[in-house]
Amino acid sequence: MRRIIWLLFCREWRLAWRRPGDLLNPLVFFALVVSLFPLAVGPEPSMLRAMAPGVIWVAALLATLLSLDGLFRSDYEDGSLEQWVLSPHPLELMVLVKVLHHWMVSGLAMVLLAPLFGMMLALPASVLPVLVLTLLLGTPILSLLGAVGAALTVGLKSGGVLLALLILPLYIPVLILGTGAMDAALQGMPVIGFMLWLGCLAVLAITLAPFAIAAGLRIGVSE
Amino acid sequence: MSGLSEILGMGGHGVYVWSCYAITLVVLALNVVQPWLARRRLVNQEARRRRREVM
Amino acid sequence: MKWTFFHKLGSPKWFYDISGRWLPWFAAASVLLLAVGSVWGLFFAPQDYQQGNSFRIIYIHVPAAFVAQSCYIMLAVAGVVSLVWRMKLADVALKCAAPIGAWMTFVALLTGAIWGKPTWGTYWVWDARLTSMLILLFLYFGVIALGQAISNRDTAAKATAVLAIVGTVNIPIIKYSVNWWNTLHQPATFKLTEKPAMPVEMWLPLLLMVLGFYALFTVSLFMRMRLEVLQREHKTRWVREALEKMS
Repeated sequence: MRRIIWLLFCREWRLAWRRPGDLLNPLVFFALVVSLFPLAVGPEPSMLRAMAPGVIWVAALLATLLSLDGLFRSDYEDGSLEQWVLSPHPLELMVLVKVLHHWMVSGLAMVLLAPLFGMMLALPASVLPVLVLTLLLGTPILSLLGAVGAALTVGLKSGGVLLALLILPLYIPVLILGTGAMDAALQGMPVIGFMLWLGCLAVLAITLAPFAIAAGLRIGVSE
Repeated sequence: MSGLSEILGMGGHGVYVWSCYAITLVVLALNVVQPWLARRRLVNQEARRRRREVM
Repeated sequence: MKWTFFHKLGSPKWFYDISGRWLPWFAAASVLLLAVGSVWGLFFAPQDYQQGNSFRIIYIHVPAAFVAQSCYIMLAVAGVVSLVWRMKLADVALKCAAPIGAWMTFVALLTGAIWGKPTWGTYWVWDARLTSMLILLFLYFGVIALGQAISNRDTAAKATAVLAIVGTVNIPIIKYSVNWWNTLHQPATFKLTEKPAMPVEMWLPLLLMVLGFYALFTVSLFMRMRLEVLQREHKTRWVREALEKMS
């Protein structure tokens, strides 16, 4: 079992490295959305600081959504998804590996880039660790929930907008908790409560979402 | 007459209350009438198809 | 264990017969309850000491919100039944209940917004209740859109079932986080419907209206489901006979 997981993981990496553009695009999108806001509302630091949590989180949400659209598509088109469904190994575990890989190339990369954008949006240095930590806890939830939507829309031609419609409402709690933690940190209040809630949601998502993803894929493949 | 308009006016809030009730009535009626119309359409369609088959 | 009743429950013909017998009763009950409840609420219930007459909007806002929320949970229950027991009737219920739930959410939102004007002075305030209703409307849109995007009927039913279940697991989390977000950003605003204690002559018409809305929801659901059953089974003999009798 462990070998299967490892093999799958290596496969995902090899596939990803063959098309590095796909890895970079969501990150560039994230950077672009964040830099649009100072241009739109003006470079006033106090205003940017007040908006920064919301801007960074909404950009992370949209970038994740964008990168999720093709999560299962190529596997669906070349038939390997069918092999996964038919294989004796639990599909739930295999999709978890796939989502983990997706998170490492999109979510984790955003987490690493976030302090840079935080500074550009005039966030004080003391808030940056909170920003990184909320994103670190929140982006796996985004990837997992989004993968449910990607699995349900896998066989469809017009996946993109539909995926956004299905998934964005489910992202709201993460958005509220993530921005809430940063607002609290900006005002110098304790953030541990937010972190615990985010962690709780992350654990819930890791345990429950794979079943929904696997169910969605089985439905999509059987069509 | 002034008694009636007083009741309907509801102390200046009549506009809000009555528009709410009117919109709700329209939506609820729509939810019942729409399947009813669709059902009648289906019945007519089937009847026409049967007549064609008989001929 | 006797499971035969369960299979009978899943038979479209059985449903068609039973629902046809119940439909007039539900229709009569809904008309009666809604008529009595709204006349009572509009003309006889006392004014609210703070909000005056605009308070009477509660008699449609709250029932619509109740039905909208329980309808989404019903979608998830139908989804579980459809996925676990492959019951065709649950697919039909899932497909037919979603638009009604969306309409009810729309009514709750719109009446809430109109109610907001005399109460808060603007049509929209990011109040916790209204915000969660707005999110619920988006959840309904998602279910309906997914159902329409998938052309295969059975696949569409299963996919919407999974989505409805995921959404229902999320609803308490969404509701809780929105409530909490609301208290964070607007401490102690005036809530529309949270009253200390309503006198009997205020909540009794409300109870009637809630029951009436549920009855009307059942009527609309049955009508849509019966139509859907007729369309799906139109090749079987009993449907042909039933249609022949109707025309």
